[in-house]
Amino acid sequence: MSGRSREPSAAHPIAVKIVISGGFGVGKTTFVGAISEIEPLVTEAELTERSIGIDDTSAVAGKTTTTVALDFGRITLDEALLLYLFGTPGQDRFAFLWDDLVTGALGAIVLVDTRRIEDSFPAIDYFEEHEIPFIIGINRFTGAQRFNPAEIRDALGVSAGVPMVECDARNRESVKSVLVSLTEEVLAKRATRVRAESTW
Amino acid sequence: MTDSSWGSGAGFPYAGAPRTSVGRQSDDLDEDPVIRPFMLTNGRTQPLHDGLRVETLLRAEPAALSAPLRFESRRIVELAQSPMSVADLSVVLRAPLGVVRVIVADLITQGFLAVEKQPEELSTSLIERIRDRVRAL
Ligand SMILES: Nc1nc2c(ncn2[C@@H]2O[C@H](COP(=O)(O)OP(=O)(O)O)[C@@H](O)[C@H]2O)c(=O)[nH]1
Ligand SMILES: [Mg+2]
Repeated sequence: MSGRSREPSAAHPIAVKIVISGGFGVGKTTFVGAISEIEPLVTEAELTERSIGIDDTSAVAGKTTTTVALDFGRITLDEALLLYLFGTPGQDRFAFLWDDLVTGALGAIVLVDTRRIEDSFPAIDYFEEHEIPFIIGINRFTGAQRFNPAEIRDALGVSAGVPMVECDARNRESVKSVLVSLTEEVLAKRATRVRAESTW
Repeated sequence: MTDSSWGSGAGFPYAGAPRTSVGRQSDDLDEDPVIRPFMLTNGRTQPLHDGLRVETLLRAEPAALSAPLRFESRRIVELAQSPMSVADLSVVLRAPLGVVRVIVADLITQGFLAVEKQPEELSTSLIERIRDRVRAL
């Protein structure tokens, strides 16, 4: 059920978030950097222990702090529509950041390096579990053996319903077309849902 | 990547020390020091306002400009004269997201900042607009 639907305006813009995910070295930073209008960076600091007394500065000084730099991109689509891209940091260490980054996302792009397909499993699992629309972007790294799409899909264990597109994260046009593919997937998902609802 | 490269070994890495050793595993492009971030929040790490996401847009009340605010709060109120996201503020202020959230939440509680309301769900035509705008970039 949609809530208040209002037309966005320059005075009241809408922010849309897309998440870029995948294993280390798969091209997330490159992807965001290829299209963002700002430097792809946000620093993050979180305390590993979150229960700190109010106003107790001395407690903080002794806490263990984890830092991670996040990929952060912004694209002004028009005066009323802002698109934010966030890369997800390693899920092993920074799982606590994922919910925060992914909640409310329009959808996600999982980048895959065919030499290390398994690195993308955690991201795929996460988005499937949280029912976030996602697509797979296959990066063709130099020297990587060429697999056909069916083989890759098989190795990834994703259903035929999940779109797979080729991607060169270094190439702005390629990045644009991956983002377009994701919006198409979101629209397709929605059309399916609307059809399902209307059969009641 | 050794564990010690992950920032924390010697206590609070932000207490004035340049943050130089974020591991390669993260996407560390920033060499700038982050100074005493949670000092800005009196040590609090939990914002007093829920629902502040990285992309949440904030807008300052015009009256906030004349309020007696501390430096960081004043900057936020100035920056948010037109809508600004939590993440954008973090970049401009060079402060971690967690810190920005706490300060922003305080400013909301004090009535100086407001969250820019978003639709609960994007309409199909808005998603199509996103698609078409991306294509046209
Ligand atoms: N051939 C190829 N190389 C890429 C691609 N994307 C990124 N790279 C390279 O792979 C390396 C790691 O990319 P990076 O964006 O840092 O990966 P991240 O760890 O996921 O952020 C860099 O040297 C990039 O230039 C791609 O699509 N194709
Ligand atoms: Mg990276």
